[in-house]
Amino acid sequence: MATPTSTYTYDVLVVGAGGAGLRAAIEAANAGVSVGLICKSLLGKAHTVMAEGGMAASMGHNDDRDNWRVHFADTMRGGQYVNNWRMAELHAKEAPDRVRELEGWGAVFDRTPDGRINQRNFGGHRYPRLAHVGDRTGLELIRTLQDHTVYLGVTVHMEHTVVELLLDGSGRAAGCVAYDREKGRFHTFAAKAVVLATGGVGRAYKITSNSWEGTGDGHALAYRAGAELIDMEFIQFHPTGMVWPPSVRGILVTEGVRGEGGILKNSEGRRFMFDDIPDNYKPQTASDPEEGWRYVMQDKSARRPPELLTRDHVARCINREVKAGRGSPHGGVFLDIAWIKEKIKDSEAHIKRKLPSMYHQFKELADLDITKEPMEVGPTTHYIMGGIRVDGDSQMSTLPGLFAAGECASGINGANRLGGNSLSDLIVFGKRAGEYAAAYARDNAQPRVDESAVQRAIGDALAPFERGDKGENPYKVQADLQESMQALVGIVRMENEMQEAVQRIQGFKERAGRVGVTGGREYHAGWHTALDLRNLLAVSEAIAKSAIERKESRGGHFREDYPEKDPNYATFNIMTKRGPDGSVQVSRAPLPPMPDYLKEVIEEQKS
Amino acid sequence: MALATFKIWRTHSSEPGDGTFQEFQTEVSEGMVVLDVVHKIQAEQAPDLAVRWNCKAGKCGSCSAEINGKPRLMCMTRMSQLNLFDPITVEPMRTFPPIKDLVTDVSWNFRVKKTIRKFLPKQKEADGTWRMAQKDVDRVQEFRKCIECFLCQDVCHVLRDHNKHDEFAGPRFFVYAANLEMNPLDTDDRLEDLKDKHNIGYCNITKCCTKVCPEHIHITDNAIIPLKERVVTRFYDPVTRLLRMVTGG
Repeated sequence: MATPTSTYTYDVLVVGAGGAGLRAAIEAANAGVSVGLICKSLLGKAHTVMAEGGMAASMGHNDDRDNWRVHFADTMRGGQYVNNWRMAELHAKEAPDRVRELEGWGAVFDRTPDGRINQRNFGGHRYPRLAHVGDRTGLELIRTLQDHTVYLGVTVHMEHTVVELLLDGSGRAAGCVAYDREKGRFHTFAAKAVVLATGGVGRAYKITSNSWEGTGDGHALAYRAGAELIDMEFIQFHPTGMVWPPSVRGILVTEGVRGEGGILKNSEGRRFMFDDIPDNYKPQTASDPEEGWRYVMQDKSARRPPELLTRDHVARCINREVKAGRGSPHGGVFLDIAWIKEKIKDSEAHIKRKLPSMYHQFKELADLDITKEPMEVGPTTHYIMGGIRVDGDSQMSTLPGLFAAGECASGINGANRLGGNSLSDLIVFGKRAGEYAAAYARDNAQPRVDESAVQRAIGDALAPFERGDKGENPYKVQADLQESMQALVGIVRMENEMQEAVQRIQGFKERAGRVGVTGGREYHAGWHTALDLRNLLAVSEAIAKSAIERKESRGGHFREDYPEKDPNYATFNIMTKRGPDGSVQVSRAPLPPMPDYLKEVIEEQKS
Repeated sequence: MALATFKIWRTHSSEPGDGTFQEFQTEVSEGMVVLDVVHKIQAEQAPDLAVRWNCKAGKCGSCSAEINGKPRLMCMTRMSQLNLFDPITVEPMRTFPPIKDLVTDVSWNFRVKKTIRKFLPKQKEADGTWRMAQKDVDRVQEFRKCIECFLCQDVCHVLRDHNKHDEFAGPRFFVYAANLEMNPLDTDDRLEDLKDKHNIGYCNITKCCTKVCPEHIHITDNAIIPLKERVVTRFYDPVTRLLRMVTGG
């Protein structure tokens, strides 16, 4: 029957237990309010665990010229100036404290020779800036936060998935309805404030570094509840995913490989990244391989190699080489770290120490020894810059009481995210979301939960069982959607293809309304896939329609029919919102003017 | 392409042991891992087949199972390592209560962790930082590679055969305790708990845990044995005991 098994009541409810969700829960719990934490998987398994390279914070341990101003300017340049400047500012200023705080909670970062947190080079960052632990920084972050959280009295609901947000009569967030995987029972969660920290949307695409969880849940929940999304056209295709064997296609190969000296080559052996360096990055890019290597060796007078240009650019260059017939045997290009044996003694041990999980990953999954042979890599859908529109300081969305942090929120990254800015984003804005959500919860009474909305949400969620085996196979619809998004709204975009995608999405929506499953509700992956489909479809429609609206190329959004950047498009974000007919409505949200003190920072950092 | 036969454990209820193997035949292609095959079967033949997984890259530790009787991660077990002439069996971890099919209830592990005293750092230095040499954190970083797949817990005979879940923390949590005890910043002391509450003495160092660790952590040699030595030195060494009696410590 369409009734919930239980009802939980909290001051602050956090949805998602990756870096942002855990950090929000910690902050809210420290503020003295009751906190519930819902996670789709077991605690500690969220996608944050996959982050490899590090977290960006301008502590200046490896180069004392670094400070928040440089980090801020790097972030804005990488984001092509459509970022929420306030978020970029707060992020650059607060990241160092957030990183240091982790050490006090048990994180053990790699060290500099003088015993401080070691920082590594990464694409788009002027100085070595990424605090890291080998190439498993995400695991370190999530485990540290997880182990800290469990002692704080936060109630964790593992393997629960939210199907709908609840609002009170005034449009304020009031909680959510979720099911547990184990039994397939429904539960009502009532809360004074809700923090969404649900991560990304990679599963809308066929080739992705994201796990099954990345189905845009928070994006879609907020969207269905009436919140605004921005920047949905900006998707980051990470330049280096595995391409072979087929079953591992898309799995991430950390940018740290390039940070440690890895170079990209085409089938002719040419280091093609030197062939195309954007003008605004020319002053900071090495003029030849020798200078690039000196940069890797932390020579302060050297500029960074072109392999460390921003991800959007590197991904397009790889795409170009493959399309021109200069790719590797399995449709990628070569990423070579083994070559450093020409430069340093005992390179094998060095690579294994600096990139242990990459060594492990290729050895076990592709039978390839990265200390001896080049890897084959190609772009993979990795991250969405777009998401829930939030206030830069508080992380509150356009719905009162609904907050968002991490990948499902938008603003800090603009049109393209720099590597390493994600993990620091999680802890900077996770903390802020937790802090402001707790304050909001203290200032407001418990809202009324609309029981009829609960009934409706449960009824909708159970519909696939009613259709049973007469319905469509949900896996098939999901696979068809992924094919279409990959082919039509991918790295290189065209108006007619994207229009075609919008048409197809309409058809997928109809098919999604017909999917059926059989059997019991216990741990039923087919049913879960059917429910995730609604979210994937909502975000896919928002992505395609936003991408059609932005008739220029900028950051992660590249259009073959409008290959240049258009200054007219630098003054607003594309905004999407649910229309009265249930389809995505697109509009333009003007960017607020940047204050003079930040303009000065950008000017001073231009050289 | 080759044809493989999979025998996958399907539960009938959540009672331990109440289940049977169901046989599936499916095509496998180059580079596939066991988890790929399980997913293929799920998408084509058994949509309600329950399997827990996340990253599919050996980093999250969700897809632990027993493949041909050996505790392993499904995502890191390549089909090319297995003999396709015989059926491949895939079963859930047997040390934990079943939930459904390949999914087990591992919540006990999360409860055990809470019984271990948390990290308690010393005061920061004058410049507001902590200084540590890389060589002093190397061994702690080995323990922190743990992905909490709980395969070491699954294979540990103290838990698996003797069901000492109420008395014994298991290899995973000795690694966790070692990570805290050997962190140069930590000031707390967990030795008495390890001896009395977590009964590290039950471990008779058969090294089964080390053998199954997908992260190749030297669980027995680097975590359990040093902790056992510390416990012995503190509580059983006659010289230390005598000294303690004299000093009243």
